[in-house]
Amino acid sequence: MTTHVLSLLVEDKPGLLTRVAGLFARRGFNIESLAVGKSEVPGLSRITVVVTVEGLPLEQITKQLNKLVNVIKIVELDPAQSVQREHLLIKVRVDNTTRSQVLEAVNLFRARVVDVATDAVVIEVTGDSGKTNALLRVLEPFGIKELAQSGQLAIGRGSKSITERVFKN
Amino acid sequence: MPADSFPAMSPSTLKAAQNSGDQTPELLTGAQAVVRTLELIGITDVFGLPGGAILPVYDPLMDTTKIRHILVRHEQGAGHAAEGYAASTGKVGVAIATSGPGATNLVTAIMDAHMDSVPLLAITGQVFSTLMGTDAFQEADIVGITMPITKHSFLVTDASEIPSTIAAAYHIASTGRPGPVLVDITKDAQQDTVPFNWPPKIDLPGYRPVTKAHGKQIQAAAQLMVEAKKPVLYVGGGVIRAEASAELLELAELSGAPVVTTLMARGAFPDSHAQHLGMPGMHGTVPAVLALQESDLIVALGARFDDRVTGKTALFAPHAKVIHVDVDPAEISKIRTADVPIVGDAKDVIVDLTAAYTLARRETTPDNEAWWAYLNGLREEFPLGYTEPTDGLLAPQHVIERIGALTGPEGVYAAGVGQHQMWAAQFIKYERPNSWLNSGGAGTMGYSVPAAMGAKVAEPDRVVWAIDGDGCFQMTNQELATCAINKIPIKVAIINNSSLGMVRQWQTLFYDGRYSNTDLNTGHDTIRVPDFVKLAEAYGCLGIRVTKADEVDAAIQLALETNDRPVVIDFVVSADAMVWPMVPQGVSNSYVQYARDHSPSFDEEA
Repeated sequence: MTTHVLSLLVEDKPGLLTRVAGLFARRGFNIESLAVGKSEVPGLSRITVVVTVEGLPLEQITKQLNKLVNVIKIVELDPAQSVQREHLLIKVRVDNTTRSQVLEAVNLFRARVVDVATDAVVIEVTGDSGKTNALLRVLEPFGIKELAQSGQLAIGRGSKSITERVFKN
Repeated sequence: MPADSFPAMSPSTLKAAQNSGDQTPELLTGAQAVVRTLELIGITDVFGLPGGAILPVYDPLMDTTKIRHILVRHEQGAGHAAEGYAASTGKVGVAIATSGPGATNLVTAIMDAHMDSVPLLAITGQVFSTLMGTDAFQEADIVGITMPITKHSFLVTDASEIPSTIAAAYHIASTGRPGPVLVDITKDAQQDTVPFNWPPKIDLPGYRPVTKAHGKQIQAAAQLMVEAKKPVLYVGGGVIRAEASAELLELAELSGAPVVTTLMARGAFPDSHAQHLGMPGMHGTVPAVLALQESDLIVALGARFDDRVTGKTALFAPHAKVIHVDVDPAEISKIRTADVPIVGDAKDVIVDLTAAYTLARRETTPDNEAWWAYLNGLREEFPLGYTEPTDGLLAPQHVIERIGALTGPEGVYAAGVGQHQMWAAQFIKYERPNSWLNSGGAGTMGYSVPAAMGAKVAEPDRVVWAIDGDGCFQMTNQELATCAINKIPIKVAIINNSSLGMVRQWQTLFYDGRYSNTDLNTGHDTIRVPDFVKLAEAYGCLGIRVTKADEVDAAIQLALETNDRPVVIDFVVSADAMVWPMVPQGVSNSYVQYARDHSPSFDEEA
């Protein structure tokens, strides 16, 4: 089983997300995470999909995605050649004895506390999945009451952009 | 498929269709714009059935002199008729339905067109945009429902977008790998009045089908072809869609390689040709099945290694290298990894391949003598044939063979799905593309009668047969009314074995003859419900019943001579006849059975 990060440049049309997500389900591919938002070009959105592939080749899903009329470009982002980030909001149980330990962990991971209550704090952290998972492991013993996580975002390193490559010709 | 293979247009030729002179655009309702756009892109025939949400479009349809609307009795009939229209000509077929159940009745035909790459434009009415999402009367999310089974789909809520959307849909349906495109138009968009601008701007930045292949791959393919000892041209429906039969003939004759034509490709290469081994697959000829299985080079042209062709894929053609030519990159290496992948339109690629092969042959002379000796041996030992039924009833194969023989290769033959479909693929001799219409990928029972109707509308001068089963016929025979009233004199041959024959065959072979729910009581020694002859007469058709072999030819002749109304012949045949050869499901094609418990013994190393 292998994990791949795909970046899709798509037309911002109604139903687009259904088309993409439906294709994954129909062709037997698992979406691990999905992040959708605007790109720098008006009318075009960017979807970052983390997909786990078992048995079937990744090539099949990229070819099928390419057949969707509203999909303009697909690139697979190599972890070494790209920046990959996810964003988490974590509500952790605290009391007078644990609060300082939790805050210490927050500082060590360069995370931030964005909400404070007497018995809980909300922590915001951004990073690659290695970092965010490590923070979660550290916070777990204190009691994670709630967790909201964004899909992974990714962008290629260097000066090139995928829209540039699309509109060059 | 190249855009220019369709008569009407592509975005570039759209401009040529401009209505000249008009400086200020005419004001049209959305509904008028639908009809005007269809006229301008060259549509001359549409099949449909009105209802509330599409009513506005039906009003201007009454006034057009350029478009013939054929009122069907069920929307599925409109869908299959549009498919038959498209498959017999290469043109885009158009089906129109209302919202909700009207639209969902099109779903089977849309899925069928998707599986068999049929250029189909489905136009559906949708409830007012203000009512969408409220579970309004006859509201269905048809765009959502058809997403997995269309090449693309559009929802139009703004009248000004109607021309560009229909033009884009037509372009997508007819280019690249053809397929169904749905345009769902809200009732308010049909009613609003806006300036009609023509030609519209088609903006499809994500749609760029590749038709011209890579030179390097072509050369690699040609090299493999001259080196192969046991090549075979595995021809699929893509060759028919790409209108590449003439080019294929040239390549085949130049290379001398054996040719097999899949169920979807019957007619792509003449059956009378000495290099043609017939149809491969589950019910293919022994030589065609074994040619693929034993080959050292498969040249797949517009074919997709369907499981009905390959048998157990892991064991399919173990010694073969594969050159895979397809206009759809996703088909290449989907099932079987290609050694030489070639993305391109079959016609363009075959032309290039022929040129490259000619050059490569100057260096290397192919040696296929031993291969042909082996294949010819198989042909002699295992010709296509059948045994007379022991119950004294008609042999269905005989009936179908006679229909083909008396009608000839200029006819069009549309089959339903099941035993009769396989026999029609086996025992009618096809000499030209687009003469054989069937539901290959989807296996849609009920395809035959409406598809034949569509083909007859497209090609009124040809004899069009629906070769149907008694089960299939009962699914869509209501279109006989459409045929009778609109003077579309198709000929229907019901191969009436009084059962769901193919299912029954599997029950005979794999379920110890336990015939669970396959008896239809329409044939010999039954109560005959319905009586197909009476049913035909009720629909204003000529109904004929044939029960004996010596009546077969006369009935077919009478049908061929009757052109003032549709003809239905009830051929009462034996229920015990089975389709042979057969590769049982889930095993290697090496286990092809010529007849029950009779497999050819062949040398694995041959």
